[in-house]
Amino acid sequence: MTASLVLQVAIGGLLMGLVYALVAAGLSLIFGLMDVVNFAHGQLLMLAMYAVFEFHTLLGLDPLVQLPLVAALLFVLGVAIYRGLIARALAVRFNTGMVQIFVTFGLSIFLVGFAQLVFGTDFRSVNSGLLFGRTVAIGQIVLPLPQIAAGLVCLLAFAALMLIARTEFGRALEATREDRDAVALIGIDRNRIFSLGWGIGAATVGIAGVMLASFYYISPTVGDSFALIAYVTVALGGFGSLIGALIAGLLIGLTEAMTALVIDPSLKQIGVFMIYVLVLMVRPRGLFGRL
Amino acid sequence: MVPVNTVLRRRRQELILGGALLVVLAVLPLAISSDYLRGLIVLTLLYAGLSQGWNILGGYCGQISLGHGLYFGIGAYVSTVLYVDYAIPPTLGLFAGAALAGLAALLVGWPCFRLSGHYYAIATLVMGLIALLLVNNWDFVNAARGITIPFRHQSWVALEFRFPNFPFQYVMLAYAALAWIIAWIVEGSRWGFVWRAVKDDAVAARSLGVRIFPSKMAAAAISGAVVGVGGALYAQYVGFIDPDSGLGLSLSVLIALPAVVGGVGTLWGPLLGAAVLIPVQQLSGAWLGGAGNGVDLMFYGALIVALALLRPQGLVSLFARRPAKAAEEAHAG
Amino acid sequence: MPAEPILRVRGVSKSFGAVAANVDISFDVAEGEILGLIGPNGAGKSSLFASIAGAETPDAGEILLAGKRISGLGPVACTLAGIGRTFQVVRSFDSMTVLENVMVGAFARHARTRAAMKAAEEMVEFCGLGARADIPAHALTPPEKRRLEVARALATTPRILLLDEMLTGLTPTEARAGMQLVRDVRDRGVTILMVEHVMEILLPLIDRAVVLHLGRNLAMGSPAEMVRHPEVIRAYLGDRYAG
Repeated sequence: MTASLVLQVAIGGLLMGLVYALVAAGLSLIFGLMDVVNFAHGQLLMLAMYAVFEFHTLLGLDPLVQLPLVAALLFVLGVAIYRGLIARALAVRFNTGMVQIFVTFGLSIFLVGFAQLVFGTDFRSVNSGLLFGRTVAIGQIVLPLPQIAAGLVCLLAFAALMLIARTEFGRALEATREDRDAVALIGIDRNRIFSLGWGIGAATVGIAGVMLASFYYISPTVGDSFALIAYVTVALGGFGSLIGALIAGLLIGLTEAMTALVIDPSLKQIGVFMIYVLVLMVRPRGLFGRL
Repeated sequence: MVPVNTVLRRRRQELILGGALLVVLAVLPLAISSDYLRGLIVLTLLYAGLSQGWNILGGYCGQISLGHGLYFGIGAYVSTVLYVDYAIPPTLGLFAGAALAGLAALLVGWPCFRLSGHYYAIATLVMGLIALLLVNNWDFVNAARGITIPFRHQSWVALEFRFPNFPFQYVMLAYAALAWIIAWIVEGSRWGFVWRAVKDDAVAARSLGVRIFPSKMAAAAISGAVVGVGGALYAQYVGFIDPDSGLGLSLSVLIALPAVVGGVGTLWGPLLGAAVLIPVQQLSGAWLGGAGNGVDLMFYGALIVALALLRPQGLVSLFARRPAKAAEEAHAG
Repeated sequence: MPAEPILRVRGVSKSFGAVAANVDISFDVAEGEILGLIGPNGAGKSSLFASIAGAETPDAGEILLAGKRISGLGPVACTLAGIGRTFQVVRSFDSMTVLENVMVGAFARHARTRAAMKAAEEMVEFCGLGARADIPAHALTPPEKRRLEVARALATTPRILLLDEMLTGLTPTEARAGMQLVRDVRDRGVTILMVEHVMEILLPLIDRAVVLHLGRNLAMGSPAEMVRHPEVIRAYLGDRYAG
C-alpha cells in the first residue's frame, strides 16, 4: 500500500464526502426549519438521476448542461410535496412526530413504485458526456474527472446555501425556526418560507443527483443507501446545522474510503457507523447540534 | 362519587373481546380452503404480533424505534442456528431467541435512550444496519448466503410441516395472542402507566418518582423479546433466513407500520393495522403488481400517506367510545 | 423542646452562569404549617423551588427533609423521600384520563394496580375531581388541571407539598376554592410550601412568609409583619413607599 494510493483513496473519499454533505444539507435545512425528517429524501435523489438519464437519452443533453434544469424541476417537486403533504401533516393535532415520519415514508414507497413503473427496474447509466471516462493525473495520483467535478459542484452549491442563509430570506428562515408564531406578526408568511425551504432542500439534492448520474448507476432503489448516509451525516453533524453537515459529510466520505481500503470494501459503512455511534455517545446532539 | 373502577371494567371488557376474537380466529382456518389465503392469514397474524411488540416501546413508551428488524433477525438467526447446527427444536430455540433479542434491545437502548426524537429514531436505524452489515460478512451464519432449514419430518415440536400454511395459522395465532396478552398485562401494570407518563411528559413523570431510563429499558427488553419470538417463528415458517429477510432496513418499518396505522399505544391498533395493511400489501402485489411494475408500491405508499394524514390517531379512533370522542371534539373546539 | 422542622434550607446558593439566582438562603419549615415563599419577579423563587424539588443541585448549602439531606439527589429520590410538587406551567399526561394521571403518582407507593387505583380514586375525590375522573386530562379546564397536579402529587404521599404559583391566573372564585383545597391538604397533615409572586393572594392563607429579593433572603415572619416590613415594601413598591 503506497502513500500515493492512500492519498488517492483519501481524496476520492473526500470528494464523495462533498456529495454526501450536499445531500445531507437539504435534509438538514428542512429539519432545521420545521422539525421534519424527510424519509423520501433518497427518492428525490433517485428521481433527479433518472431525469438526467432521460434528458440525456431523449434530448442528448449533457448532464452538466442539465444542472439548472434538474435543480429547477426538483425545486418545483419539493414545493409540491410541501404544499400537498407536509403542510397537512404539520396541521395534524395528534401524533405529529409520528405522522410526518410515516407520511414521508409512504411517499418514498410511492416514488419507488413510480420509478419502477415509468423507468423500469433495469440498472441504467449515463455513458457519454463532457466528463465521461476522463481522468486527471497529478503525479501518481489518478482521479476520475466526474468525481472531481461532482465534489467541486457540490462544494459550490454548499457555498451558495451558506450565502442564502445570510440573506434576508435566510434570516427569515432563521426567525421562522426560532419562533413559528411570532414571525407571522412581523409579516413573514410561514407557509411561503416552508415551501421555499422544501424547494431549496429538494433542489440541492437535485444538484447532487445530476453530478452523481455522471458516474453512478441508476435504479429505483439507488437513493436508499445515499439517504441512509444522509441521515447519519445529519445526526452526526447535528440536525439543522449546515456546517455540521459539511464536516460530517467529509468525515464520512473519508472514513468510508479508508475502511474500504484498509479492511474490506463490503464493510466500508461499518467504519462510518462506528464513528457515528462513538460521537453520539459523547455528543448526543451531534458535532454541531443545537441544545 | 368516582365511578367504580372504570379502568378495571374497561380492561375486563377488552379481555372478553380478545377472547371472543381468539375463538373466531381459531375457527376461521377451518372455513378456508385456499392455500393462498392461509398464507395471507399467517402473515397478517405474524405482523399483528410483531407490531404489538413494537408498540410496547414505540407506542406506549413513545420511543419511535426504526431498528426493530434487529430483534426479529436475532430471534430468527438464534432459533435457526440452534436447530440446524445443534438440533435444538425451535419451540425451545425461540425462547433463546427471545432472550437474546431482549438483551440486544437493552444493549441498543443503553446508548440510544440518551438521545431524543429524531436522533433516537436514526440511531436505532443505524444499529439495525450495523447488524445487517456484520451478518452479511459473518461466515458462522453463512454470511449473505443465508441458512436453509432442511425438512426432516412432520413435527409440531420442530414446527416442521409438509404443508406449513394450515398449521402455521395456529402457530401465528398463538403468537399474536401471546403478544396481545403481554400487551394487555403490561398496559394494566405499573409499567404501562409509567411508560405512558414518560411518553406524555418525562419531567412530570420524574417528579412523581418515575425513573425514566430503567422504565425505557424495561419497555425495550419486553418489546425486543416479543419481536424476537416472531422472527424465530417466521424463519421456521419459510424454512430459510438470510440477512435481507431477517435484518433488512424495510423490515423495521414494516414492523412499526401496523401499529402506526392502527393506532399507536393502543391494544387493538397493531391488530387492526395488520389486518388492513398486510392483505392490502399482498393482494395489491398480486393484482396490480404483475411483473413488479410498481403500481402495487404506488398504491401501498399512497395508502400509508392517506391513512397517516386522515387518521393520525389510527384506525382504532373510528371505534372510539363516545366519551373519548366527545372529549376529542371538546379539545378541538 | 420544639419539634424538628420538616424541611431545613441551610445556606443554599445557586448561580446560572454569571447570574446568582440564590445567595446563602436559610429558613426552616415547621411540620404542618403553610409557608409562603414570596418575592417580586426575578427574586430567585423558581430557582430555590427547583433546588428543593430536586430538579436543580445547589452550588453550596444543603436542604434537609426530616433531618436527611435531599439536595442534589435528583427529582426521583426527592419524591420518594417525601417531597411532592406541582408545576408553574401545568404538565398533565394528556393521553391519559384524570384517574390514570393520578395513578402514576400512586404507583410511587403502590406496586399493584388495584392498590394504586384505590389510592388515586381517593385523591381524585379529595381534590374535587370525582366527576371528572374518566375525562382525558387534556379536556380539563385550567383550574381543574391545577387540581389534577395537586391530586397527582398527593398520590405520592408527600410529607411536604411544593406548590408553584398554584393560585396565579385564577379568577377570585377559583382562587378561593384553590385556597380551601390548600387548607384541606394541610389538614391531612401535609406541610405546604407555596411560591407566589403576588403577595396579596397568599396573605390570608399562609402561617408564615419567607420573602426573597434579588436572590437573597430579605425577611421572614408572619404575614402581618411582612406587610409592615419596610424592606419588603421597598422591594415590592420601590423606595417611595418605604416609611
